[in-house]
Amino acid sequence: METAGSESSRPEISHPLWLLAEVTYKCPLHCVFCYNPVDYTRYGPELSTADWLKVLRDSRAIGATQLGFSGGEPLMRDDLEILVTEARKLGYYSNLITSGVGLTEKRIAAFKEGGLDHIQLSFQDSTREMNDFLSSTKTFELKSKVANLIQQYDYPMVLNIVLHRMNIDHTWEILEMAEAMGAEYVELANTQYYGWALVNRDQLLPTREQLKRAEEATNNFRARVGSKMKIYFVVPDYYADRPKACMNGWGSVFITVQADGTVLPCHEARMLPGLTFPNARDHDMKWIWYDSPGFNTYRGDAWMKEPCRTCPEKVKDFGGCRCQAFMLTGDATNADPVCSLSPHHHIVTDAVEKAQQPGQRVTVHPIVFRDDKSSRELSKRSEHATATPV
Amino acid sequence: MNDPVKFTEDTVFDLGRYFRFQWEPAQQGHVLLYPEGMVKLSGSAGEIMKRVNGSATVKSIMEDLEKTFPGVDLRGDVTGFLEVAHGNGWIRVKQA
Repeated sequence: METAGSESSRPEISHPLWLLAEVTYKCPLHCVFCYNPVDYTRYGPELSTADWLKVLRDSRAIGATQLGFSGGEPLMRDDLEILVTEARKLGYYSNLITSGVGLTEKRIAAFKEGGLDHIQLSFQDSTREMNDFLSSTKTFELKSKVANLIQQYDYPMVLNIVLHRMNIDHTWEILEMAEAMGAEYVELANTQYYGWALVNRDQLLPTREQLKRAEEATNNFRARVGSKMKIYFVVPDYYADRPKACMNGWGSVFITVQADGTVLPCHEARMLPGLTFPNARDHDMKWIWYDSPGFNTYRGDAWMKEPCRTCPEKVKDFGGCRCQAFMLTGDATNADPVCSLSPHHHIVTDAVEKAQQPGQRVTVHPIVFRDDKSSRELSKRSEHATATPV
Repeated sequence: MNDPVKFTEDTVFDLGRYFRFQWEPAQQGHVLLYPEGMVKLSGSAGEIMKRVNGSATVKSIMEDLEKTFPGVDLRGDVTGFLEVAHGNGWIRVKQA
């Protein structure tokens, strides 16, 4: 696979491997750590079934193999069965990323029949679900029912739980809950600070101590369950000193198509100022991937500034995440400030230091739930609606 | 990783649970797909995997390969690949 080269020239463009179809931003939940754009209420109408079928066909033709149906809650689209069936015919390996809300037996049977390969059940509200689990109340019952359906239809039991300051101390209990559901794979994903999560960062970023205890609990749990349950623990990148190789490089393997048809090189790129991203209604995916200005802006390394430009690690991490660089420094061509070599690294370390006040609400502003009303307010706040912590 | 597999010429392998094997035109090669990932197979690995179907024995896979590629001794390659593939969970022993 071609990676961003060491010379400052336009690189050879590899074909895409991943298509993330964010088929709707409708969602029955209101998670404070959602990575969805905070201004989603400003977006235009959703793509039609026919539009989505064309996106699937055209993306497959240029090489995409992995397909994620996400949202919002993708089950809010009642044509998901049609899309799943077409995806299988086209040869995608398709994944449904869902909270399980709305997953009835009728629907899962249709997904199986249509050839859906994989379901990832997310615990969108793990604090409440965990509490419900301990007290055997209704959300947990719903999740258990969905988990049973997933097993009954011979899907691997894959759970994703987002960790943050308010639930990370319950890592052991969360893993017990996963075990009780018969999970084979568990991803403990620490919140990444985009979208709604960035707005609520001060309430969500755990302390170093919390993180350490959670990792210990995870390791102890791994030792107890052995190979029957694989547990992945994803550390929040604010606690790293090397930036993540975001999307394996801009325009390298990944395509996101948003509910309104906007096509992006990652889930968040729409926030970046000065870039325009094409709409799948107006352009074909081949032109979008290879030729659209938006997809070419940060390919290769010609755009890089110091310290990235001459950094030997640029071929590994591509300077980190463009969106995080923009959100935290105001310039997407800066190094991702997670990097300890970044002149802006203090922005991340300041946030981390601020978080080291155990048990204390470190901010005065109330937590913001992901809902239409808050989205409209956040949209008004800034033209680009970048979700800087308030 | 799975434990090292012991198998004989009569062993029958099947594709691992949740894996799919297919030809990818864009890659001009065979791949194995699984949740959120893909393994691109070499030409010879693809030829072996094409014959792993839940009914062919190791012996019949070898015989079929020898018929397709006459004069080439593939036994070592086949055995080595099946061990690696099993170790990675790409294939599993079909229980009689």
